[in-house]
Amino acid sequence: MANLVMFCILAVVILGSAFMCVMTKSIMRAATFLLFVLFGVAGIYFLLDYTFLGAAQISVYAGGITMMYIFAIQLVSKRTLQNLVERFRGSRVCQGLLISVVGLVTVAVVLIKNQFINQALTVADVEVPMNQIGAALVGSEKYGYVLPFEFISLFLLACIVGAIMIARKEDKK
Amino acid sequence: MIPVSAFLVLSTLLFFLGVFGFVTRRNLVAMLISVELVLNAADMNFAVFNRILFPGQMEGMFFTLFSIGISAAETAVALAIIINVYRNYHSDQVNSIENMKF
Repeated sequence: MANLVMFCILAVVILGSAFMCVMTKSIMRAATFLLFVLFGVAGIYFLLDYTFLGAAQISVYAGGITMMYIFAIQLVSKRTLQNLVERFRGSRVCQGLLISVVGLVTVAVVLIKNQFINQALTVADVEVPMNQIGAALVGSEKYGYVLPFEFISLFLLACIVGAIMIARKEDKK
Repeated sequence: MIPVSAFLVLSTLLFFLGVFGFVTRRNLVAMLISVELVLNAADMNFAVFNRILFPGQMEGMFFTLFSIGISAAETAVALAIIINVYRNYHSDQVNSIENMKF
C-alpha cells in the first residue's frame, strides 16, 4: 500500500515535470524540469529496490548530465534565457500531438493486451545485494559483465576526446 | 503490490511526451532534452521488466546502467556539436542549419 502511494506521487511528479519540460518556452526551465523528471525516475528505481541504479541515476544523470546542459545553455544562448524563444506554431503542435497520441494508443494497447504481464511475480521488498552487483559487474564468468564494463570505459574516453575535439576552437594558422 | 501495467503506462506516457517535445520544439537543446526523456522511459522499462518479471536475474539492471553511461557520452558529444553550430551560425534553432538540406 505504501508502495502504491509512493508510486502515485512519483508518477505525478514525473508526468507533470515532463509535461512542463516540453511545454515551457524557456530552455533553462526545461532543463530544471528535466532534473525533476530524473529525480522521479531515480525514485522509481528506489521503489523497485534497485538502490544502486537509483544512486547511479542521481549521480550521473542529475549530477552530471544536467550540469552539462546548464553549462551549454549558458554558453549558447543569451537570447534564449530571456524567454525570446520560439512561439509554438499551431500546426506543428497539432502534428506532434497527432503523432504522440497515435503512438501512445498503439503502444499502450500492445502492452496492455499482451499476456506476459500476467506472469508478474510478487517480489519481496529486498534490495539487490551490493556484493552481488559488484561481483557480476567485474566477473568474467557466465553472468559477468567485465567486457561491457571495460568497453563502456573506453567508449566514454573516446566520446570525451571526440567532444573536446569538436568543441575546441580552430587555431588560426 | 504495484501492477506492472502501471509502470508500463507511466513509461509509455513519458516516452510519448518526449516524442511530442522532439517534434514540437525547434531549439537544438530543447530537442536534446526531449531525447533524454525518451531515453529515461526506455531505461525505466528495462528495470521494470527485470524486477517484476525476472527478479532472480540482473540483465535489465546492468543494461540500464550501461545505457545511463552511454547517454552521458551522447549528451557530451551532442552538446559539443550544438556549441559548434552556435559558434558557426550564431543561432541554436534547427531552421538555421540548412546547408546540407536539398
